[in-house]
Amino acid sequence: MAYKVIIRENWCKGCYICISLCPKNVFEKAGLIDDRGIIVSKAVRPEDCIGCQMCADHCPDLAITVEKEDE
Amino acid sequence: MPKEKVKTHLKPGKYFMQGDEACAEGAVAAGCSFFAGYPITPASEIMETIVKRFEEEKRVFIQMEDEIASMGAIVGAAWTGAKSMTATSGPGFSLKMENLGYAIMTETPCVVVDVQRVGPSTGQATRTAQGDLMQARWGTHGEHTIIALSPWSVEEAFYETIRAFNLAEQFRTPVIILMEEATGHLREVVSVPETVEVINRVEEGEGSPFGGKEPLDAVPPMPRFGTGRRLLVTGSTHNPDGYRKTQDRLTQENLLNHLRDKIENHKKEIVEYEEYFTEDADTVLISFGFAARAALKAVKEARKKGMKAGLLRLKTVWPMPTERFAALAARAGRIIVPEMNYGQLRGEVERFTAGKPVIGVNRADGEVITPESILKVMEEGEEK
Amino acid sequence: MKQEYLKYIRENVFPSTFCPGCGHGILLNAFVSALGELDYDQDNLVLVSGIGCGGWIASPHMNTDTLHTTHGRAIPFAIGVKMANPKLKVVVISGDGDLTTIGGNHLIHAARRRIPITVICGNNNIYGMTGGQASATTPVGARTMTTPLGNDYLPFDLVKLVKGAGGEHVYRFTAFHAMQMKKAFKEALQRDEFAFFDIITGCPVQYGRRNDLRDPAKMIQWMKEESVLFNGEYHDDKIMVGKF
Repeated sequence: MAYKVIIRENWCKGCYICISLCPKNVFEKAGLIDDRGIIVSKAVRPEDCIGCQMCADHCPDLAITVEKEDE
Repeated sequence: MPKEKVKTHLKPGKYFMQGDEACAEGAVAAGCSFFAGYPITPASEIMETIVKRFEEEKRVFIQMEDEIASMGAIVGAAWTGAKSMTATSGPGFSLKMENLGYAIMTETPCVVVDVQRVGPSTGQATRTAQGDLMQARWGTHGEHTIIALSPWSVEEAFYETIRAFNLAEQFRTPVIILMEEATGHLREVVSVPETVEVINRVEEGEGSPFGGKEPLDAVPPMPRFGTGRRLLVTGSTHNPDGYRKTQDRLTQENLLNHLRDKIENHKKEIVEYEEYFTEDADTVLISFGFAARAALKAVKEARKKGMKAGLLRLKTVWPMPTERFAALAARAGRIIVPEMNYGQLRGEVERFTAGKPVIGVNRADGEVITPESILKVMEEGEEK
Repeated sequence: MKQEYLKYIRENVFPSTFCPGCGHGILLNAFVSALGELDYDQDNLVLVSGIGCGGWIASPHMNTDTLHTTHGRAIPFAIGVKMANPKLKVVVISGDGDLTTIGGNHLIHAARRRIPITVICGNNNIYGMTGGQASATTPVGARTMTTPLGNDYLPFDLVKLVKGAGGEHVYRFTAFHAMQMKKAFKEALQRDEFAFFDIITGCPVQYGRRNDLRDPAKMIQWMKEESVLFNGEYHDDKIMVGKF
């Protein structure tokens, strides 16, 4: 089962709760500060995602969508 | 504007009833469908009558845990389309102020009755006063406008309550009924008609729910919750769609001007008063509520004695007929303002009388002001 | 957030005004997901809130009828709405300062009278919006702007308070328990009875900064460690979660 991990970057505020809660280490902080002054979170290893939804459920900004690849 | 003749819930005829009862019957006749209240002397009888009638008429009554909650509940109910009311006296009126301001800011129609008793604070619960006139105008914080009515008899408590509901719906504003304990607990005859004319809220129509119509003083339509409008109702400064704009100077100015002009530009439809013997009056009395009853008697007595006296009696106390103050003062030699406080109406009148002498006849000791005390001042001049 | 659930929010006001890592945002997330999973009729839903960060959860983020009231008074306004039109689903979402400190009296009376509204308290144990003053749920020893040497007063245990007042359907979850919270919201949304939620949301900026929990992820981990699922035994030194 493959999953898409989509982050709406202009909603992300860089709290990194997703990084902390992800059991498969899918996320990392971006390498650059964006033009809002925020270092957003990025899904750098989506292939490791198991679809547990911990990131999407706990994002205070509703910024993360996790869905099955074939959806 | 949608006007409707509705059959009164009481059989037409003459009734001997208390002022508080008459107010409640007027509310029922006007179509009041939601009442939230809290017990307080001397207004509890309004709630008592409402409970009885609402049971019969299958309308919604709820006793709340305090006066603040009562005011909040009637605003919430109004947003479901209800014509709502609460009733209290001085201490409860003070508590309601914040939520009253919320009703003004959100343009929520509702009726708030204050049966005035002796204050300040707990005062004398069963004795009468007119000490809340300024509070009705300015009790809630911030720059704002309000409508307040002052019935002077039990029968007027019935009819002015109906008028209060109509003004509330027409102008999307809370309307205060300032009664006195003297009227609230007095029994007089009320002629109940077969039908009364009620004004209903405009719910649909052009424009956003909070202004933004042309012209700025137009009353916006008021949709109700649950109809898919996804309303944004807030006490913060907001744009016509209800979005908070707490950093925007222009939104605040437009909103305040809209709220003010909505009422001030329509004074002709709101301000009502009566005049007695003023055509040639050299001594003009200006009064309201129960005090005006004594004032009228004093004027009649004075006329018998040859004095050219007249009375301007305010039915609407806010806004005031300031043009009338000025016009009467221009022709008169002096103005006399009898009231059961220490000069709240007098202060307003003085501003518009271009220096003509304005004399007060004042008492705030819980007793009704007497025609004799007013006549004494009319004959002997100001008490020294 | 599933794309098809975005209809329940007003996208034009996002990104939200919440601080990074604000637990109230997680509450919002769970509530929206609950609505989405029920395919809930958003036009028969009235969300009532008060003043404070908690009051901003519903207004303006939610795309439903919203009533943003005066400080502490969301519940009486909500009672007016519900009693005047019982067909509407009325949910109060507000903060601990608003609902349980200034608004405490209205909360216990609503519970006592079992008014059929759902009350969700975004409880971050502080008055966040005004800069971090102590509230009725600030723990003993916590540092806030008005208790710089540590709070001396006992906080309310909101579950005990509301149950003691007679409230039925009383829950507690933390922001860590997003999924359980969502499931419980769904229960309350389908019930026309009084329900109360003590949601420990967490305020990294005002509370966390003063109490060694500034990092949002650390705060969530702390909630996970301190929580115990309620199974009949209540431990006062833990955050008991579940239905009570």
